[in-house]
Amino acid sequence: MNFEYSDEQVMLADSADRLAAELWPSADRLGLLGNGEALVCRSWAMMAELGWLMLPIAEADGGLGGSAVDVMAIMERIGRHLVAVPYVASAVLVPALISGGGEQASAVMGAIAAGAARAAVGLLEAGGGYDQAHVALTARPEGGRWVLEGAKLHVEDGAGADWFVVTARTSGGVSERDGISLFLVPAGAPGLSVSRFRAIDYHHHARLTLNGVRDAVLIGEVGGALPQVELAVDRAICAHLAEAVGSMEAAHEATLEYLRTRKQFGVAIGTFQALQHRAVDMAVALEEARSMAYRATLSLGLAREERRRAVSAAKVRVGQCGLFVGRQAVQLHGGVGFSDELVISHHLKRQMMLDHAHGSAEHHLALFAALR
Amino acid sequence: MNLDFTDDELAFRDEVRAFFAEHVPDSWLVRVRAGLRLEPDELIAYQKALAARGWGAPTWPVEYGGTGWSPAQIYIFESESARAGAPIQFHQGLELIGPIIFTYGSQALKDRYLPGIINADDWWCQGYSEPGAGSDLASLRTTAVRDGDHYVLNGQKMWTSYAQVASHMFVLARTSQEAKRQQGISLLLVDMKTPGISIRKIDTMDEKYSTNEVFLDDVRVPAGNVVGEEGRGWEYGKVLLDRERMVCSATALHLTQVLDGVREAARARLVGGVPLIETPAFSGQLAQIEIEAMALETMVLRLLADLAAGVSSGPRGSMVKLRWSDLYQRATGLWMEALGPEAAHFRALDGGGPDVMPYAMQGALYSRVTSIYGGSSEIQHNIIARRALGL
Repeated sequence: MNFEYSDEQVMLADSADRLAAELWPSADRLGLLGNGEALVCRSWAMMAELGWLMLPIAEADGGLGGSAVDVMAIMERIGRHLVAVPYVASAVLVPALISGGGEQASAVMGAIAAGAARAAVGLLEAGGGYDQAHVALTARPEGGRWVLEGAKLHVEDGAGADWFVVTARTSGGVSERDGISLFLVPAGAPGLSVSRFRAIDYHHHARLTLNGVRDAVLIGEVGGALPQVELAVDRAICAHLAEAVGSMEAAHEATLEYLRTRKQFGVAIGTFQALQHRAVDMAVALEEARSMAYRATLSLGLAREERRRAVSAAKVRVGQCGLFVGRQAVQLHGGVGFSDELVISHHLKRQMMLDHAHGSAEHHLALFAALR
Repeated sequence: MNLDFTDDELAFRDEVRAFFAEHVPDSWLVRVRAGLRLEPDELIAYQKALAARGWGAPTWPVEYGGTGWSPAQIYIFESESARAGAPIQFHQGLELIGPIIFTYGSQALKDRYLPGIINADDWWCQGYSEPGAGSDLASLRTTAVRDGDHYVLNGQKMWTSYAQVASHMFVLARTSQEAKRQQGISLLLVDMKTPGISIRKIDTMDEKYSTNEVFLDDVRVPAGNVVGEEGRGWEYGKVLLDRERMVCSATALHLTQVLDGVREAARARLVGGVPLIETPAFSGQLAQIEIEAMALETMVLRLLADLAAGVSSGPRGSMVKLRWSDLYQRATGLWMEALGPEAAHFRALDGGGPDVMPYAMQGALYSRVTSIYGGSSEIQHNIIARRALGL
């Protein structure tokens, strides 16, 4: 039983912290985001050079085979500095999903590792909430190829993707656990149209419509993809949990500093008990969130039910605590907390989006309860 | 980073499990789940069974009769205790005065009192709070005046839990008036049979007799029963701060018992033919508390891992106390909801009634004091703000 990072992990975190602080300085954030894509590209190239993009990829797939705790060490720092890159989608979720998936999958992972390509995953569809089993998009064999028809409502961090991994129904009815297969689709495939969106946290997402797409490659076995999808998404969730914790920590520290230095009525506002107690509640929320993020990440190797309980519980609590800390950071900063120039409001916006990514607290509360 | 136990720790778990299987009668279950203390004779029997096994003082060093267990072993012991429906050991001797005696007391005091704590031959109560000294304990006014080989105690103590059964009391009293209020306070060990002590029951909202006022009227205490040095009693409390992690961890790990009680009640109660626990609204509320309890348990694991690594946990002991008392209150509140209309049946007027009566309700009522005693939640907030956040 031990909750410490290893020396190597501490070094990894330190290097992530240096890079993130240098490329994403909070003081110039708004100006830098004005040319966001250039910043993302620069960050992506550096991350490739440092080996972070190949870190989560399994050794058998040509990666470094880093652990979920290694990823967590990086993600805490990404959260701390609000680095808005598609790391979780492209470097964590996609490789976890298509690992061992054949030649085409290997090629895509090689390109991801080298920083030459980005990929994202389309799971969610209209009318299905966050349910990964709700798949109406169909794939049918025709003349030795698969033909995909349907739509994906939201692809997390998908706007800049060169490849999409999508779930498609090869048999059974919508919402059935069996009959779901995985396909790899190039972003330029005929019949695929991609709508792109910026979110409030400067992550760029996509929405897909597939109209007779024939360039799709089947990954893994036909019809049995859901367990792999669940496991891969759980890994992505854990990376996001660490990011949320890093962001909460930064927002809390900045708030404490503000309470100590901001003067009103002739004294530092941190001398007021009402504000002190709020700052303590934020510290408690941070500790709860950190505990849950660690626990979930350390549970990724457990049997399905135990793993899902830990991950859903953490998703609920980290989401709630992250929103609490983000909102209170804005509140305690007063007027400047509401400004877009100060990084504090950006932490809240990221927490709001992290709570939604891969299922809100509400959704995971119901999942957790169903496992009782 | 890992959550795994070693082979030795797993073997220890089996040993502990076997002990609890043998020594925990079913008749305790409902009261333990409600978070209520068992009767003194039951707690004494339980403590004696632990002592006979060599496990009377899980958190003490071996040289004073403790187990010398690692934090991981303490975690295993307490979580197995919770799992088996065992109570928390009575803590006033084991955790509140024992460690002060073995850290600051004379050899004579150690020899006289430590074995009695472990074997439950003595029962200790705490004479700290006074009518005018609650959260602001340093304003206490009870005096101890030296008279030959004795100190003479005069004053009134308040909220002295289990004074009605205690054989001994540890008392903070003023032995001199100093400029700084925390100075001039001494810690004395008092035999409850000493003439001049009288106690009066305080009726509490849970209708369970646990606490008292204690009147000290020319109570003569041998001078050798002052712990450590005269006038430095206040400082000795510091040793408890260092140990707080273990005490609050044990308490927090028993929260799962309350949730067991809630789940059982919610499974048993049918609403329109459906067990309450399966209805979305109740199930969601319960899941929320279960998840927060899981967060609390993980916070405890982190505290114990820090303890094992010999590093500071900062304010996280206080955080555990805050979170535990809140969750205990909310969980027993939910239990009341699970009882439904029967929550109104507190005591049977003519015998009979379900076996959770009156305990589940009593637990819900008792839970209110847990965010008041041992440093209220508001005081805990002040402590964390000052010590950890530098505000």
